[in-house]
Amino acid sequence: MPSLKDLKNRISSVKSTRKITKAMQMVAAAKLRRAQDAAEMSRPYTERFNALLGALAASVGGSATAPKLLSGTGKDDVQLLVVMTAERGLCGGFNSSIVKKARTHIETLKAAGKTVKILTVGKKGREQLKRDYGDLFVGHVDLSDVKKIGYADAQNIAKDILVRFDAEEFDVATIFYSKFQSVISQVPMAQQVIPAQFDAPEGDAGGSTLYEYEPGEEAILADLLPRGVATQIFSALLENAASEQGARMSAMDNATRNAGDMIDRLTIEYNRSRQAVITNELIEIISGAEAL
Amino acid sequence: MAETMQFDLVSPERNLMSAAVTAVQIPGTEGDLTAMPNHAPMITTLRPGILKVETETGTQEFVVTGGFAEIGQSVSVLAEKAVPHGDMDQATYDALVEEAVMAYKAAKEAAPENEPGPVDEAAKLLQDMVAVGTHIGLDPKAANLNY
Repeated sequence: MPSLKDLKNRISSVKSTRKITKAMQMVAAAKLRRAQDAAEMSRPYTERFNALLGALAASVGGSATAPKLLSGTGKDDVQLLVVMTAERGLCGGFNSSIVKKARTHIETLKAAGKTVKILTVGKKGREQLKRDYGDLFVGHVDLSDVKKIGYADAQNIAKDILVRFDAEEFDVATIFYSKFQSVISQVPMAQQVIPAQFDAPEGDAGGSTLYEYEPGEEAILADLLPRGVATQIFSALLENAASEQGARMSAMDNATRNAGDMIDRLTIEYNRSRQAVITNELIEIISGAEAL
Repeated sequence: MAETMQFDLVSPERNLMSAAVTAVQIPGTEGDLTAMPNHAPMITTLRPGILKVETETGTQEFVVTGGFAEIGQSVSVLAEKAVPHGDMDQATYDALVEEAVMAYKAAKEAAPENEPGPVDEAAKLLQDMVAVGTHIGLDPKAANLNY
């Protein structure tokens, strides 16, 4: 049985842990709001962009001269997986669930005899994948110095991917990130970015306006597709940032509650053993008096 | 009262402007163009330049670095980076020019001698950037074309 002193120490240590987790929860809540705002801000751009690109791709897509970014290389032998995770831990299952999704995907691809290459964004995912798939890594993007994700960061990642694509290092690229649904639910997602995939345009062609293109349709498409990759990565990064903060917030909320429960339990135990000590002393005094 | 149309200027990071306007002057890749209500539907890419928006109450200017514009019933400009003219300072401008210079250098190194395509494009981009600076009264000191 632990002594009174030990119990007291444990209570105070759990109390300071609770203070820390509480503070982290509040910080995460503030950051979450900012991350959500950023995601909200980028939505109009992404939506318009994808609508336009989708329409363009639908009209050019069939032709033989369509850019490779759209039609693909005609193979799917070499697959590039871009795994985007957080730079920090202590955010519940956030990183693990993305990594788990990627892992399943890797195993499926490997079973199908494809070559897999991995590009990691964020330290945590890299650490988790390193043991099993360390030899598949082709690069890493470090965002630990980035306080607020800007479009430029996404552009850099996109550039990295596009250079590899131009060098024919891979045929298909898929990004893994976590989609933010709510504070308690983040869904890991896999999204193919190269060759580009679009939702089928709604309605038939008759409803859409006939645009004039300046310069030509294909030149615009060739210009837009690389930007499309950057845009998709940017929105994935923003979703990820919001998810991370959401996951951290609920994880820290849980931790704070657990610490509270633990303090209650320890306090009861402390009081019990204090009473036991007092009772003991009383018995000793009484039996001492009786012996006289 | 002049006819107006809906105009939106969005960049990936934020929504810069959404208003009813009478005319928009767009720096297209193949030349400037002004879109007014009932313009023929058109999609064009942008070069670095000044986007001039005329509303009924006045004129607003933005510095854009690239992107594209969709002209239809309404006009949407999706700019890669857009800065209101008033917010543009030397430091921001220098960073943009620096970027263009780097792109130019990279293109020059990467391109084979007999294929001037990408190099010319990068050079044009840089020149456009310099022209923007001259227009808004900033000194493109970093932009020395003699590399």
